Amino acid sequence: MFFIRFLRQTGQAAFGFLASLGRIAFFTGSAIRWTIQPPYYGKQLSRQILDIGYYSLPVVGLTTLFSGMVLALQSYTGFARFSAEDTVATVVVLSVTRELGPVLAGLMVAGRIGASMAAEIGTMRVTDQIDALDTLSTRPMQYLVAPRLLAGTICLPFLVLIGDIIGVFGGYIVGVYRLGFNPALYLSRTLEFLEFSDVMLGLIKAAVFGFLIALMGCYHGYHSGRGAEGVGLATTNAVVSSSIFILIANYLVTALFFGV
Amino acid sequence: MAQNAKISIKNLAKSFSGKTVLTDVTVDVAPQESLVIIGTSGCGKSVTLKCLLGLITPDSGDILIDGVNVVGQSRAERETMLHRFGMTFQFGALFDSLPIWENITFRLRQKQTMKKAEARAIAADIVGQLGLGAHVIDQYPAELSGGMQKRVALARAIADKPEILLFDEPTSGLDPITGGVIDNLITDSVKRLGATAITISHDMASVRRIADKVAMIHQGRVLWSGPVSEMDNSGIEEVDQFVHGKPVGPLTTAINKDALAAQAQKVG
Ligand SMILES: Nc1ncnc2c1ncn2[C@@H]1O[C@H](COP(=O)(O)OP(=O)(O)OP(=O)(O)O)[C@@H](O)[C@H]1O
Ligand SMILES: [Mg+2]
Repeated sequence: MFFIRFLRQTGQAAFGFLASLGRIAFFTGSAIRWTIQPPYYGKQLSRQILDIGYYSLPVVGLTTLFSGMVLALQSYTGFARFSAEDTVATVVVLSVTRELGPVLAGLMVAGRIGASMAAEIGTMRVTDQIDALDTLSTRPMQYLVAPRLLAGTICLPFLVLIGDIIGVFGGYIVGVYRLGFNPALYLSRTLEFLEFSDVMLGLIKAAVFGFLIALMGCYHGYHSGRGAEGVGLATTNAVVSSSIFILIANYLVTALFFGV
Repeated sequence: MAQNAKISIKNLAKSFSGKTVLTDVTVDVAPQESLVIIGTSGCGKSVTLKCLLGLITPDSGDILIDGVNVVGQSRAERETMLHRFGMTFQFGALFDSLPIWENITFRLRQKQTMKKAEARAIAADIVGQLGLGAHVIDQYPAELSGGMQKRVALARAIADKPEILLFDEPTSGLDPITGGVIDNLITDSVKRLGATAITISHDMASVRRIADKVAMIHQGRVLWSGPVSEMDNSGIEEVDQFVHGKPVGPLTTAINKDALAAQAQKVG
Protein backbone atom coordinates (compact mmCIF):
# COMPACT_ATOMS: atom_id res chain seq x y z
CA MET A 1 0.00 0.00 0.00
CA PHE A 2 2.65 2.42 1.08
CA PHE A 3 4.77 1.58 -1.92
CA ILE A 4 1.94 2.17 -4.37
CA ARG A 5 1.11 5.48 -2.77
CA PHE A 6 4.74 6.43 -2.94
CA LEU A 7 4.88 5.54 -6.64
CA ARG A 8 1.72 7.47 -7.35
CA GLN A 9 2.91 10.57 -5.58
CA THR A 10 6.28 10.47 -7.29
CA GLY A 11 4.54 10.02 -10.63
CA GLN A 12 2.23 12.91 -9.99
CA ALA A 13 5.09 15.14 -8.98
CA ALA A 14 7.05 14.18 -12.08
CA PHE A 15 4.05 14.86 -14.29
CA GLY A 16 3.45 18.19 -12.62
CA PHE A 17 7.07 19.12 -13.14
CA LEU A 18 6.99 18.19 -16.82
CA ALA A 19 3.71 20.04 -17.32
CA SER A 20 5.10 23.20 -15.79
CA LEU A 21 8.25 22.93 -17.93
CA GLY A 22 5.94 22.73 -20.94
CA ARG A 23 4.03 25.80 -19.81
CA ILE A 24 7.26 27.71 -19.27
CA ALA A 25 8.51 26.72 -22.72
CA PHE A 26 5.25 27.88 -24.26
CA PHE A 27 5.36 31.16 -22.33
CA THR A 28 8.97 31.71 -23.42
CA GLY A 29 8.07 31.15 -27.06
CA SER A 30 5.22 33.58 -27.05
CA ALA A 31 7.15 36.12 -24.98
CA ILE A 32 9.98 36.12 -27.52
CA ARG A 33 7.54 36.37 -30.38
CA TRP A 34 5.81 39.42 -28.89
CA THR A 35 9.12 41.01 -27.95
CA ILE A 36 10.15 41.00 -31.60
CA GLN A 37 6.85 42.24 -33.01
CA PRO A 38 5.87 45.91 -32.91
CA PRO A 39 4.48 48.01 -31.31
CA TYR A 40 7.33 48.66 -28.85
CA TYR A 41 6.72 50.42 -25.59
CA GLY A 42 9.80 52.58 -25.13
CA LYS A 43 8.66 54.23 -21.95
CA GLN A 44 8.07 50.87 -20.28
CA LEU A 45 11.50 49.70 -21.43
CA SER A 46 13.31 52.72 -20.03
CA ARG A 47 11.48 52.38 -16.72
CA GLN A 48 12.62 48.77 -16.47
CA ILE A 49 16.19 49.59 -17.46
CA LEU A 50 16.35 52.19 -14.71
CA ASP A 51 14.88 49.76 -12.22
CA ILE A 52 17.06 46.77 -13.09
CA GLY A 53 20.26 48.48 -14.21
CA TYR A 54 20.58 51.55 -12.06
CA TYR A 55 18.90 50.59 -8.81
CA SER A 56 20.66 47.21 -8.65
CA LEU A 57 24.10 48.82 -8.75
CA PRO A 58 24.59 49.17 -4.96
CA VAL A 59 23.60 45.56 -4.29
CA VAL A 60 25.78 44.16 -7.04
CA GLY A 61 28.67 46.48 -6.15
CA LEU A 62 28.70 45.49 -2.49
CA THR A 63 28.43 41.79 -3.27
CA THR A 64 31.29 41.74 -5.74
CA LEU A 65 33.46 44.04 -3.64
CA PHE A 66 33.43 41.73 -0.66
CA SER A 67 33.73 38.63 -2.82
CA GLY A 68 36.87 40.03 -4.42
CA MET A 69 38.25 40.87 -1.00
CA VAL A 70 37.60 37.48 0.54
CA LEU A 71 38.94 35.75 -2.54
CA ALA A 72 42.26 37.56 -2.19
CA LEU A 73 42.50 36.54 1.46
CA GLN A 74 41.55 32.93 0.83
CA SER A 75 43.84 32.38 -2.12
CA TYR A 76 46.71 34.03 -0.31
CA THR A 77 46.45 31.83 2.77
CA GLY A 78 45.76 28.77 0.62
CA PHE A 79 48.52 29.26 -1.89
CA ALA A 80 51.07 30.19 0.75
CA ARG A 81 51.25 26.45 1.44
CA PHE A 82 52.74 25.97 -2.04
CA SER A 83 54.68 29.24 -1.92
CA ALA A 84 52.52 30.42 -4.79
CA GLU A 85 51.29 33.64 -3.20
CA ASP A 86 52.07 35.70 -6.27
CA THR A 87 49.20 34.10 -8.17
CA VAL A 88 46.65 35.88 -5.96
CA ALA A 89 45.96 38.66 -8.47
CA THR A 90 45.39 36.19 -11.29
CA VAL A 91 43.12 33.97 -9.24
CA VAL A 92 41.03 36.93 -8.17
CA VAL A 93 40.54 38.37 -11.62
CA LEU A 94 39.78 35.04 -13.31
CA SER A 95 37.33 33.87 -10.65
CA VAL A 96 35.55 37.18 -10.53
CA THR A 97 35.12 37.66 -14.26
CA ARG A 98 34.32 34.07 -15.14
CA GLU A 99 32.23 32.92 -12.20
CA LEU A 100 31.63 35.04 -9.16
CA GLY A 101 30.69 38.27 -10.90
CA PRO A 102 27.91 36.87 -13.07
CA VAL A 103 26.63 34.26 -10.61
CA LEU A 104 26.54 36.50 -7.55
CA ALA A 105 25.13 39.44 -9.46
CA GLY A 106 22.59 37.10 -11.03
CA LEU A 107 21.47 35.68 -7.70
CA MET A 108 21.27 39.10 -6.06
CA VAL A 109 19.27 40.54 -8.95
CA ALA A 110 17.04 37.45 -8.94
CA GLY A 111 16.13 38.24 -5.35
CA ARG A 112 15.57 41.90 -6.02
CA ILE A 113 14.10 42.07 -9.50
CA GLY A 114 12.58 38.62 -9.95
CA ALA A 115 10.56 39.13 -6.80
CA SER A 116 9.38 42.62 -7.63
CA MET A 117 8.40 41.64 -11.18
CA ALA A 118 6.39 38.68 -9.95
CA ALA A 119 4.72 40.80 -7.28
CA GLU A 120 3.87 43.63 -9.64
CA ILE A 121 2.55 41.49 -12.48
CA GLY A 122 0.86 39.11 -10.03
CA THR A 123 -0.97 42.03 -8.41
CA MET A 124 -2.04 43.19 -11.85
CA ARG A 125 -3.34 39.71 -12.53
CA VAL A 126 -5.40 39.35 -9.35
CA THR A 127 -6.83 42.87 -9.59
CA ASP A 128 -7.92 42.31 -13.21
CA GLN A 129 -5.48 44.92 -14.53
CA ILE A 130 -4.11 42.43 -17.05
CA ASP A 131 -7.63 41.74 -18.29
CA ALA A 132 -8.23 45.49 -18.44
CA LEU A 133 -5.08 45.96 -20.55
CA ASP A 134 -6.31 43.32 -22.92
CA THR A 135 -9.73 44.93 -23.32
CA LEU A 136 -8.06 48.30 -23.88
CA SER A 137 -6.44 47.01 -27.06
CA THR A 138 -2.99 46.40 -25.60
CA ARG A 139 -1.34 43.00 -25.55
CA PRO A 140 -0.10 42.30 -22.01
CA MET A 141 2.76 40.26 -23.45
CA GLN A 142 4.03 43.30 -25.34
CA TYR A 143 3.28 45.91 -22.74
CA LEU A 144 4.37 44.05 -19.60
CA VAL A 145 6.56 41.08 -20.50
CA ALA A 146 8.58 42.25 -23.51
CA PRO A 147 10.10 45.36 -21.88
CA ARG A 148 11.11 43.35 -18.81
CA LEU A 149 12.75 40.59 -20.83
CA LEU A 150 14.66 43.08 -22.94
CA ALA A 151 15.72 45.18 -19.97
CA GLY A 152 16.88 42.11 -18.03
CA THR A 153 18.93 40.80 -20.93
CA ILE A 154 20.50 44.18 -21.66
CA CYS A 155 21.18 45.35 -18.11
CA LEU A 156 22.78 42.33 -16.50
CA PRO A 157 25.94 42.35 -18.67
CA PHE A 158 26.52 46.01 -17.78
CA LEU A 159 25.93 45.33 -14.12
CA VAL A 160 28.34 42.41 -14.23
CA LEU A 161 30.99 44.43 -16.04
CA ILE A 162 30.85 47.06 -13.32
CA GLY A 163 30.73 44.30 -10.70
CA ASP A 164 33.87 42.73 -12.22
CA ILE A 165 35.77 45.97 -11.91
CA ILE A 166 34.63 46.48 -8.32
CA GLY A 167 35.46 42.86 -7.44
CA VAL A 168 38.98 43.14 -8.82
CA PHE A 169 39.35 46.40 -6.95
CA GLY A 170 38.31 44.62 -3.74
CA GLY A 171 41.06 42.06 -4.33
CA TYR A 172 43.51 44.88 -4.99
CA ILE A 173 42.67 46.62 -1.71
CA VAL A 174 43.25 43.48 0.31
CA GLY A 175 46.30 42.50 -1.72
CA VAL A 176 48.01 45.85 -1.39
CA TYR A 177 46.92 47.08 2.03
CA ARG A 178 46.70 43.82 3.98
CA LEU A 179 48.95 41.37 2.24
CA GLY A 180 51.62 43.86 1.28
CA PHE A 181 51.79 43.36 -2.49
CA ASN A 182 53.40 46.00 -4.61
CA PRO A 183 50.53 47.95 -6.25
CA ALA A 184 52.05 48.13 -9.73
CA LEU A 185 53.00 44.45 -9.61
CA TYR A 186 49.53 43.45 -8.46
CA LEU A 187 47.92 45.34 -11.34
CA SER A 188 50.25 43.94 -13.96
CA ARG A 189 49.63 40.42 -12.61
CA THR A 190 45.92 41.09 -12.83
CA LEU A 191 46.11 41.95 -16.51
CA GLU A 192 48.83 39.49 -17.48
CA PHE A 193 46.79 36.32 -17.72
CA LEU A 194 43.37 37.88 -18.27
CA GLU A 195 42.00 37.23 -21.74
CA PHE A 196 39.18 38.92 -23.53
CA SER A 197 37.34 35.61 -23.69
CA ASP A 198 37.23 35.40 -19.87
CA VAL A 199 35.35 38.67 -19.64
CA MET A 200 33.21 37.69 -22.61
CA LEU A 201 32.19 34.42 -20.98
CA GLY A 202 31.06 36.33 -17.91
CA LEU A 203 29.03 38.77 -19.96
CA ILE A 204 27.33 36.04 -21.99
CA LYS A 205 26.37 34.36 -18.74
CA ALA A 206 25.06 37.65 -17.42
CA ALA A 207 22.81 38.14 -20.45
CA VAL A 208 21.43 34.62 -20.08
CA PHE A 209 20.84 35.13 -16.35
CA GLY A 210 19.12 38.47 -16.94
CA PHE A 211 16.79 36.85 -19.43
CA LEU A 212 16.02 33.99 -17.03
CA ILE A 213 15.34 36.31 -14.09
CA ALA A 214 12.91 38.45 -16.06
CA LEU A 215 11.31 35.39 -17.63
CA MET A 216 10.65 33.73 -14.28
CA GLY A 217 9.42 36.96 -12.69
CA CYS A 218 6.98 37.52 -15.52
CA TYR A 219 5.90 33.90 -15.83
CA HIS A 220 5.06 33.44 -12.17
CA GLY A 221 3.41 36.85 -11.92
CA TYR A 222 1.39 36.24 -15.06
CA HIS A 223 0.12 32.91 -13.81
CA SER A 224 -0.36 34.07 -10.25
CA GLY A 225 -3.13 32.41 -8.26
CA ARG A 226 -6.06 34.35 -6.90
CA GLY A 227 -5.74 36.70 -3.94
CA ALA A 228 -2.81 38.01 -1.92
CA GLU A 229 -1.75 34.44 -1.17
CA GLY A 230 -1.41 33.76 -4.89
CA VAL A 231 0.87 36.77 -5.34
CA GLY A 232 3.02 35.78 -2.37
CA LEU A 233 3.48 32.31 -3.77
CA ALA A 234 4.28 33.70 -7.21
CA THR A 235 7.00 35.87 -5.70
CA THR A 236 8.63 33.00 -3.86
CA ASN A 237 8.44 30.74 -6.90
CA ALA A 238 9.98 33.41 -9.11
CA VAL A 239 13.01 33.82 -6.85
CA VAL A 240 13.53 30.11 -6.24
CA SER A 241 13.09 29.03 -9.85
CA SER A 242 15.24 31.81 -11.32
CA SER A 243 18.03 31.02 -8.83
CA ILE A 244 17.94 27.36 -9.76
CA PHE A 245 17.83 28.13 -13.48
CA ILE A 246 20.79 30.48 -13.05
CA LEU A 247 22.92 27.75 -11.46
CA ILE A 248 21.95 25.23 -14.14
CA ALA A 249 22.52 27.71 -16.96
CA ASN A 250 25.85 28.65 -15.43
CA TYR A 251 27.07 25.09 -15.83
CA LEU A 252 25.63 24.70 -19.32
CA VAL A 253 27.08 27.94 -20.66
CA THR A 254 30.50 27.19 -19.18
CA ALA A 255 30.49 23.68 -20.63
CA LEU A 256 29.42 24.95 -24.04
CA PHE A 257 31.99 27.72 -23.99
CA PHE A 258 34.90 25.41 -23.31
CA GLY A 259 33.48 22.72 -25.55
CA VAL A 260 33.64 19.96 -22.94
CA MET B 1 -35.64 38.59 -32.04
CA ALA B 2 -32.43 36.60 -32.05
CA GLN B 3 -31.81 37.69 -35.65
CA ASN B 4 -31.47 41.40 -34.93
CA ALA B 5 -30.12 41.19 -31.41
CA LYS B 6 -26.95 43.18 -30.83
CA ILE B 7 -25.65 40.63 -28.35
CA SER B 8 -26.99 37.14 -28.13
CA ILE B 9 -25.70 34.72 -25.50
CA LYS B 10 -26.72 31.13 -26.14
CA ASN B 11 -26.42 28.14 -23.81
CA LEU B 12 -23.26 29.43 -22.19
CA ALA B 13 -21.62 26.93 -19.82
CA LYS B 14 -18.45 27.20 -17.76
CA SER B 15 -16.89 25.24 -14.91
CA PHE B 16 -13.63 25.87 -13.07
CA SER B 17 -11.68 22.72 -12.22
CA GLY B 18 -14.78 20.69 -11.54
CA LYS B 19 -16.81 23.52 -10.01
CA THR B 20 -19.76 24.33 -12.25
CA VAL B 21 -20.56 28.02 -12.40
CA LEU B 22 -22.68 28.47 -15.53
CA THR B 23 -24.73 25.62 -17.00
CA ASP B 24 -27.01 27.21 -19.57
CA VAL B 25 -27.12 30.99 -19.80
CA THR B 26 -29.19 32.32 -22.66
CA VAL B 27 -30.11 35.98 -23.09
CA ASP B 28 -30.47 38.54 -25.89
CA VAL B 29 -29.81 42.26 -25.87
CA ALA B 30 -31.33 44.43 -28.60
CA PRO B 31 -29.37 47.34 -30.12
CA GLN B 32 -29.35 50.37 -27.85
CA GLU B 33 -30.93 48.39 -25.07
CA SER B 34 -29.73 48.39 -21.49
CA LEU B 35 -29.69 44.97 -19.87
CA VAL B 36 -29.06 44.56 -16.17
CA ILE B 37 -27.95 41.19 -14.83
CA ILE B 38 -28.86 40.44 -11.23
CA GLY B 39 -28.27 37.39 -9.07
CA THR B 40 -26.85 36.32 -5.75
CA SER B 41 -23.17 36.68 -5.01
CA GLY B 42 -21.03 34.08 -6.74
CA CYS B 43 -23.69 32.99 -9.24
CA GLY B 44 -21.42 33.79 -12.18
CA LYS B 45 -22.35 37.30 -13.32
CA SER B 46 -18.77 38.48 -13.65
CA VAL B 47 -17.82 35.24 -15.37
CA THR B 48 -20.55 35.85 -17.95
CA LEU B 49 -19.18 39.30 -18.80
CA LYS B 50 -15.63 37.96 -19.02
CA CYS B 51 -16.81 35.29 -21.44
CA LEU B 52 -18.27 38.04 -23.60
CA LEU B 53 -14.86 39.69 -23.86
CA GLY B 54 -13.04 36.42 -24.44
CA LEU B 55 -11.12 36.81 -21.16
CA ILE B 56 -12.57 33.47 -20.09
CA THR B 57 -13.22 30.78 -22.67
CA PRO B 58 -16.58 29.10 -22.10
CA ASP B 59 -16.80 25.30 -22.09
CA SER B 60 -19.69 25.43 -24.52
CA GLY B 61 -22.24 27.82 -25.93
CA ASP B 62 -22.18 30.72 -28.37
CA ILE B 63 -21.95 34.47 -28.06
CA LEU B 64 -23.10 36.40 -31.09
CA ILE B 65 -22.24 40.07 -31.51
CA ASP B 66 -24.15 41.47 -34.49
CA GLY B 67 -24.69 37.89 -35.58
CA VAL B 68 -20.97 36.97 -35.47
CA ASN B 69 -19.92 34.24 -33.09
CA VAL B 70 -17.08 35.51 -30.92
CA VAL B 71 -16.39 32.21 -29.15
CA GLY B 72 -13.30 30.61 -30.65
CA GLN B 73 -12.35 33.68 -32.69
CA SER B 74 -8.79 34.09 -33.89
CA ARG B 75 -6.59 36.53 -32.01
CA ALA B 76 -6.79 39.13 -34.77
CA GLU B 77 -10.58 38.91 -35.01
CA ARG B 78 -10.88 39.21 -31.28
CA GLU B 79 -8.63 42.26 -31.14
CA THR B 80 -10.74 44.08 -33.74
CA MET B 81 -13.89 43.08 -31.91
CA LEU B 82 -12.54 44.41 -28.59
CA HIS B 83 -12.22 47.93 -30.01
CA ARG B 84 -16.00 48.12 -29.89
CA PHE B 85 -16.21 47.34 -26.18
CA GLY B 86 -15.81 49.44 -23.07
CA MET B 87 -15.67 47.61 -19.77
CA THR B 88 -15.39 48.36 -16.09
CA PHE B 89 -14.26 45.64 -13.72
CA GLN B 90 -15.80 44.89 -10.36
CA PHE B 91 -12.73 46.12 -8.48
CA GLY B 92 -11.79 48.97 -10.76
CA ALA B 93 -8.65 47.47 -12.29
CA LEU B 94 -7.07 50.88 -12.80
CA PHE B 95 -3.39 50.80 -13.75
CA ASP B 96 -1.52 51.51 -10.51
CA SER B 97 1.59 52.75 -12.24
CA LEU B 98 -0.12 55.40 -14.37
CA PRO B 99 -1.68 58.72 -13.35
CA ILE B 100 -5.42 59.12 -13.80
CA TRP B 101 -5.24 61.01 -17.08
CA GLU B 102 -3.12 58.26 -18.66
CA ASN B 103 -5.52 55.65 -17.32
CA ILE B 104 -8.51 57.39 -18.87
CA THR B 105 -6.94 58.07 -22.24
CA PHE B 106 -5.10 54.75 -22.37
CA ARG B 107 -6.89 53.31 -25.37
CA LEU B 108 -7.25 56.62 -27.18
CA ARG B 109 -3.49 56.99 -27.07
CA GLN B 110 -2.92 53.41 -28.22
CA LYS B 111 -5.06 54.00 -31.28
CA GLN B 112 -3.67 57.37 -32.35
CA THR B 113 -0.77 59.59 -31.45
CA MET B 114 -2.11 62.38 -29.37
CA LYS B 115 -0.50 65.40 -27.75
CA LYS B 116 -0.21 65.18 -23.98
CA ALA B 117 -2.14 68.42 -23.54
CA GLU B 118 -4.98 67.16 -25.70
CA ALA B 119 -5.20 63.86 -23.80
CA ARG B 120 -5.21 65.70 -20.48
CA ALA B 121 -7.99 68.00 -21.67
CA ILE B 122 -10.10 65.00 -22.66
CA ALA B 123 -9.48 63.34 -19.30
CA ALA B 124 -10.31 66.52 -17.37
CA ASP B 125 -13.54 66.89 -19.33
CA ILE B 126 -14.68 63.33 -18.59
CA VAL B 127 -13.85 63.43 -14.89
CA GLY B 128 -15.76 66.72 -14.73
CA GLN B 129 -18.86 65.00 -16.09
CA LEU B 130 -18.50 62.42 -13.33
CA GLY B 131 -18.39 65.05 -10.60
CA LEU B 132 -14.64 64.90 -9.94
CA GLY B 133 -12.36 67.93 -9.81
CA ALA B 134 -9.89 68.39 -12.69
CA HIS B 135 -6.94 68.12 -10.28
CA VAL B 136 -7.48 64.35 -9.85
CA ILE B 137 -6.11 63.67 -13.34
CA ASP B 138 -2.56 64.08 -12.03
CA GLN B 139 -3.06 61.77 -9.09
CA TYR B 140 -2.43 58.03 -9.01
CA PRO B 141 -5.19 55.43 -8.44
CA ALA B 142 -3.90 54.56 -4.96
CA GLU B 143 -4.43 58.18 -3.89
CA LEU B 144 -8.16 58.12 -4.66
CA SER B 145 -11.02 56.82 -2.54
CA GLY B 146 -12.83 53.67 -3.65
CA GLY B 147 -15.76 55.63 -5.06
CA MET B 148 -13.47 57.97 -6.98
CA GLN B 149 -11.65 54.97 -8.44
CA LYS B 150 -14.97 53.55 -9.60
CA ARG B 151 -15.74 56.77 -11.41
CA VAL B 152 -12.32 56.88 -13.04
CA ALA B 153 -12.78 53.28 -14.20
CA LEU B 154 -16.08 54.31 -15.74
CA ALA B 155 -14.40 57.28 -17.41
CA ARG B 156 -11.80 54.95 -18.90
CA ALA B 157 -14.51 52.65 -20.26
CA ILE B 158 -16.44 55.39 -22.03
CA ALA B 159 -13.54 57.65 -23.06
CA ASP B 160 -13.48 56.57 -26.70
CA LYS B 161 -17.25 56.11 -26.97
CA PRO B 162 -17.46 52.37 -27.60
CA GLU B 163 -20.68 50.90 -28.98
CA ILE B 164 -21.00 48.17 -26.37
CA LEU B 165 -20.56 48.92 -22.68
CA LEU B 166 -20.12 46.32 -19.95
CA PHE B 167 -20.22 47.50 -16.34
CA ASP B 168 -19.53 45.17 -13.44
CA GLU B 169 -21.19 46.68 -10.35
CA PRO B 170 -20.51 50.32 -11.25
CA THR B 171 -22.40 51.78 -8.29
CA SER B 172 -21.57 49.36 -5.48
CA GLY B 173 -19.89 51.13 -2.58
CA LEU B 174 -20.94 54.60 -3.72
CA ASP B 175 -23.07 57.12 -1.87
CA PRO B 176 -26.60 57.44 -3.33
CA ILE B 177 -25.90 60.79 -4.99
CA THR B 178 -22.78 59.63 -6.82
CA GLY B 179 -24.61 56.42 -7.63
CA GLY B 180 -27.33 58.52 -9.22
CA VAL B 181 -24.75 60.47 -11.25
CA ILE B 182 -23.33 57.22 -12.56
CA ASP B 183 -26.77 55.85 -13.38
CA ASN B 184 -27.45 59.00 -15.39
CA LEU B 185 -24.20 58.62 -17.20
CA ILE B 186 -25.03 55.04 -18.15
CA THR B 187 -28.52 55.93 -19.41
CA ASP B 188 -26.99 58.88 -21.22
CA SER B 189 -24.43 56.70 -22.98
CA VAL B 190 -27.18 54.38 -24.11
CA LYS B 191 -29.80 56.98 -25.08
CA ARG B 192 -27.57 59.70 -26.48
CA LEU B 193 -24.59 57.82 -27.88
CA GLY B 194 -26.66 54.84 -28.95
CA ALA B 195 -24.54 52.30 -27.10
CA THR B 196 -25.76 48.89 -26.00
CA ALA B 197 -25.08 48.19 -22.34
CA ILE B 198 -24.92 45.23 -20.00
CA THR B 199 -24.61 46.15 -16.34
CA ILE B 200 -24.27 43.92 -13.30
CA SER B 201 -25.90 45.42 -10.25
CA HIS B 202 -27.13 44.53 -6.79
CA ASP B 203 -28.65 47.93 -6.20
CA MET B 204 -32.34 47.61 -7.03
CA ALA B 205 -32.96 51.39 -7.11
CA SER B 206 -30.21 51.68 -9.68
CA VAL B 207 -31.56 48.69 -11.62
CA ARG B 208 -34.93 50.43 -11.95
CA ARG B 209 -33.26 53.58 -13.25
CA ILE B 210 -30.94 52.12 -15.85
CA ALA B 211 -32.52 48.88 -17.04
CA ASP B 212 -34.68 48.36 -20.09
CA LYS B 213 -34.45 44.65 -19.53
CA VAL B 214 -33.48 42.57 -16.51
CA ALA B 215 -32.08 39.03 -16.38
CA MET B 216 -31.61 37.07 -13.20
CA ILE B 217 -28.98 34.34 -13.10
CA HIS B 218 -29.60 31.53 -10.66
CA GLN B 219 -27.95 28.11 -10.42
CA GLY B 220 -26.08 28.62 -13.67
CA ARG B 221 -29.09 29.60 -15.78
CA VAL B 222 -31.12 32.69 -16.57
CA LEU B 223 -34.04 32.06 -14.26
CA TRP B 224 -36.04 34.98 -15.53
CA SER B 225 -35.60 37.79 -18.02
CA GLY B 226 -37.98 40.48 -19.14
CA PRO B 227 -38.70 44.19 -19.26
CA VAL B 228 -37.89 46.02 -16.05
CA SER B 229 -41.58 46.96 -15.69
CA GLU B 230 -42.47 43.30 -15.26
CA MET B 231 -39.78 42.60 -12.69
CA ASP B 232 -42.16 43.02 -9.78
CA ASN B 233 -44.74 40.57 -11.10
CA SER B 234 -42.54 37.87 -12.56
CA GLY B 235 -44.48 35.30 -10.56
CA ILE B 236 -41.22 33.58 -9.67
CA GLU B 237 -40.47 33.32 -5.96
CA GLU B 238 -36.68 33.63 -6.33
CA VAL B 239 -36.96 36.82 -8.38
CA ASP B 240 -39.41 38.25 -5.92
CA GLN B 241 -37.16 37.51 -3.03
CA PHE B 242 -34.13 39.06 -4.71
CA VAL B 243 -35.93 42.17 -5.93
CA HIS B 244 -37.40 42.90 -2.55
CA GLY B 245 -34.41 41.71 -0.58
CA LYS B 246 -36.40 39.38 1.66
CA PRO B 247 -34.18 37.48 4.08
CA VAL B 248 -36.39 34.38 3.95
CA GLY B 249 -37.22 32.56 0.73
CA PRO B 250 -36.07 29.98 -1.81
CA LEU B 251 -32.70 31.74 -2.42
CA THR B 252 -31.70 31.63 1.21
CA THR B 253 -32.66 27.99 1.66
CA ALA B 254 -30.63 27.21 -1.46
CA ILE B 255 -27.66 29.07 -0.01
CA ASN B 256 -28.03 27.19 3.26
CA LYS B 257 -28.29 23.92 1.39
CA ASP B 258 -25.12 24.76 -0.57
CA ALA B 259 -23.30 25.60 2.63
CA LEU B 260 -24.43 22.37 4.23
CA ALA B 261 -23.40 20.37 1.19
CA ALA B 262 -19.97 22.01 1.18
CA GLN B 263 -19.56 21.28 4.83
CA ALA B 264 -20.61 17.68 4.36
CA GLN B 265 -18.05 17.34 1.57
CA LYS B 266 -15.31 18.73 3.78
CA VAL B 267 -16.15 16.41 6.65
CA GLY B 268 -16.77 13.34 4.46
N1 LIG C 1 -10.71 32.60 -12.85
C1 LIG C 1 -11.42 31.83 -12.02
N2 LIG C 1 -10.92 30.65 -11.58
C2 LIG C 1 -11.62 29.86 -10.76
N3 LIG C 1 -12.84 30.14 -10.29
C3 LIG C 1 -13.40 31.30 -10.68
C4 LIG C 1 -12.72 32.20 -11.56
N4 LIG C 1 -13.52 33.26 -11.78
C5 LIG C 1 -14.64 33.04 -11.06
N5 LIG C 1 -14.58 31.86 -10.40
C6 LIG C 1 -15.63 31.29 -9.55
O1 LIG C 1 -16.86 31.38 -10.24
C7 LIG C 1 -17.89 31.71 -9.36
C8 LIG C 1 -18.66 32.90 -9.89
O2 LIG C 1 -17.84 34.04 -9.82
P1 LIG C 1 -18.32 35.46 -10.29
O3 LIG C 1 -17.18 36.38 -10.04
O4 LIG C 1 -18.84 35.41 -11.67
O5 LIG C 1 -19.51 35.78 -9.28
P2 LIG C 1 -20.48 37.01 -9.32
O6 LIG C 1 -21.81 36.53 -9.74
O7 LIG C 1 -19.88 38.10 -10.11
O8 LIG C 1 -20.54 37.38 -7.77
P3 LIG C 1 -20.42 38.81 -7.06
O9 LIG C 1 -21.77 39.39 -7.07
O10 LIG C 1 -19.99 38.46 -5.68
O11 LIG C 1 -19.43 39.60 -7.81
C9 LIG C 1 -17.26 31.96 -8.00
O12 LIG C 1 -17.53 30.84 -7.21
C10 LIG C 1 -15.80 32.08 -8.28
O13 LIG C 1 -15.06 31.52 -7.23
MG1 LIG D 1 -18.88 39.77 -9.73
